[in-house]
Amino acid sequence: MQRSIILPVATRYLMPLMLVFSIFLLLRGHNEVGGGFVGGLVAASALMLYAISTSPSALWKLLPLDPRFIAAIGLFISLFSGFIPLFYGKPFMTGMWIETPLPVLGKIGTPTLFDVGVYVLVIGVVVWILLEFAEDE
Amino acid sequence: MLFLMAIAAGVLFAVGIFMILRRSMVKVLVGILLLGYAANLLLFNAAPLMRGVPPLIDPVMGVPADYADPVPQALILTAIVISFGVTAFAVVLIRRVYAVTGTGDLDNMHCTDIPCESEEILSDLEDEIK
Amino acid sequence: MIIYPILIPLLFAIIIVFFWENQRVKRALSIISTGLLMVVNINIFLLVYREGIQVVQVGDWPAPFGISLVVDLFSAIMLLTTSIVAFLLAIYSVSGIDLARRKYGYFPLFQFLLMGVNGSLVTGDLFNLYVWFEVMLMSSFVLIALGGERTQIEGAVKYVILNLLASTLFLSAIGLTYNLAGTLNMADLALRLQAVQSSGQVTVIAVLFLVAFGIKSAIFPLFFWLPASYHTPPVTVTALFSALLTKVGMYTLIRFFTLLFPFESEYTHTIILISAGFTMLTGVLGAASQTDIRRLLSFHIISQIGYIFMGLGLFTEYAIAASIYFLVHIILAKTALFLSAGMVESIQGSFDLKKLGGLYKNRVGLSMLFLLPALSVAGLPPFSGFFAKLGLIIAGLESKQYFIIGLALVVSLMTLFSMTKVWNEAYWKPPKDPKYLDQHNQVSVWRWVPVIIIVVLSVLLGLLANPIFEVCQMAAAQLMDPTQYIRAVLGAVR
Repeated sequence: MQRSIILPVATRYLMPLMLVFSIFLLLRGHNEVGGGFVGGLVAASALMLYAISTSPSALWKLLPLDPRFIAAIGLFISLFSGFIPLFYGKPFMTGMWIETPLPVLGKIGTPTLFDVGVYVLVIGVVVWILLEFAEDE
Repeated sequence: MLFLMAIAAGVLFAVGIFMILRRSMVKVLVGILLLGYAANLLLFNAAPLMRGVPPLIDPVMGVPADYADPVPQALILTAIVISFGVTAFAVVLIRRVYAVTGTGDLDNMHCTDIPCESEEILSDLEDEIK
Repeated sequence: MIIYPILIPLLFAIIIVFFWENQRVKRALSIISTGLLMVVNINIFLLVYREGIQVVQVGDWPAPFGISLVVDLFSAIMLLTTSIVAFLLAIYSVSGIDLARRKYGYFPLFQFLLMGVNGSLVTGDLFNLYVWFEVMLMSSFVLIALGGERTQIEGAVKYVILNLLASTLFLSAIGLTYNLAGTLNMADLALRLQAVQSSGQVTVIAVLFLVAFGIKSAIFPLFFWLPASYHTPPVTVTALFSALLTKVGMYTLIRFFTLLFPFESEYTHTIILISAGFTMLTGVLGAASQTDIRRLLSFHIISQIGYIFMGLGLFTEYAIAASIYFLVHIILAKTALFLSAGMVESIQGSFDLKKLGGLYKNRVGLSMLFLLPALSVAGLPPFSGFFAKLGLIIAGLESKQYFIIGLALVVSLMTLFSMTKVWNEAYWKPPKDPKYLDQHNQVSVWRWVPVIIIVVLSVLLGLLANPIFEVCQMAAAQLMDPTQYIRAVLGAVR
């Protein structure tokens, strides 16, 4: 089968854009449209675009870790964000925020960390499922 | 508007039930998905439909008269995420079923009730693994 | 404290994923996790027993707005029982699950399943309950499909489709409930539903929940997925499902119909009683025609569910107490039966009664591991099944439901017949097929220990019936008086 030239070239420009956009979605998620889940989906679709335009094995090489581990790390980050309030004697998963907003990131707190965990988890799970599909073929 | 939404949910339920009664596995999956959408729409209608009203409660005045209830939308978001996961699993399962049984017709899946001659299929599978 | 039953399995599931390739570490972690869970749940049980209902408001949101976690005595009993069974199953899995399944995520899924089960037992929020049910179902979907023989995968299809349908109904019922009452906190709902004028709508919701959980816990006209799928995965997984999944469905039904819909008694409880009778009868009749041990036991799951359901239908404090005792009894006895059937299979290589035989001659100990729980399920004294059924029948006599009592006694007799059939064919008669004569296979010690423990526990449950039944009565008293639950969650009743 002859491969189209359009998709790989377009992917080269689209993929970084999508990844940056996914982080943008992640960070604005608390008070506006966006969030960890959508951000993660956008990032995962960027990775899948890469896998389709080159090959699934190229995506394997691109990933720093097995997608299973990425998913587990994401889950762990989310869980950890819930544990933080326990150190301050508050119930599990109480939202805690830092006082002064940081540059670029804005105001962050444990819900932000939770969202980051979701973001990583979604990337891991979606890539895992889709690579599982690709392996069969 | 609520009336229209109710009709839409009803139609989705009807179509979903029709689809899950089909014999083809893929159609059954489509039916399950439609039923999921119908349930989501039902949840959506659980709060009054309003436009441009913030979901905020004034600390002094109490709950205002026009106040958009955010709870159903949060529930639907969760339900959508769950159905995303379920769908992904179901698609993988259907592919497996087709690979193992060689059929997508639910009427041919009676091995759980009547022991069927699966020896040859099993041996084929073993060959594949080797 | 009461959030740990959810957090422990989650944390260990994550750690287990990091050790994906190392089978030994994975199973060690699985045993440690369930052991830890058991210790925590014993503590929770003692805490609830001494100090009453425990509540945690997750995220520090006040009660009707955030998610509340509530453990009353009934939840505590269920948590304790399920975690004991889970611990023993984790040990049994060391030899009861083949390498391919162990490699492909059996252990993390086991933990996720436990998280879902514990979450459903602990939560006091309707939608949160849905989420936990989905967690539980997703893990069970993968567990039942892992492996991929033809029967197994066909069983998985039936299981998955019917359970997804049940989830959709559950979600729709939640939507209608929110529309009606404007809250999802179960304690708050109990108050609001009392105040709702149109009792017709409440009945609709109650029946919708009844159907949704009826599918999940396999009651009469909705059980057909169970005998089609439960016998297909390895026997450890079947034992896990029979001990946890259907029983959590039953737990939820009891919770809903005591807390949320206690005023609907005339209409729904008649349905429940009729359905309970048919559940008992069809289950045991189905079992009578089976020759595969696993399939036979699967039908008995249905029949026993009928008894628990009967207690709910009678709806007196004594009946609910008997139902709770029955739940504990059946979780232990059924798991013991499935696991000892698994040991039989590991010796003679089959579950088919037409092929098995002669086990009693050479393996008396193994035979006892089947006989004791089998007699218990059939309801002979001094085993736990006898006291459980006695409790239900006394409750039935008090509320003058003679027909269902007669049915329960007949079904009990037929259960005894069914168990005798297995005993005769597999243990007393000589083997029919020389191929399955091999008597020299050693059974792994990883299988012996948990089965012996669970049989001992099951026998103890019968011998110590009086004090345990008193605890069940305390739990039932809490259930029948919802104000205690409501006050614990919402503070003073508004």
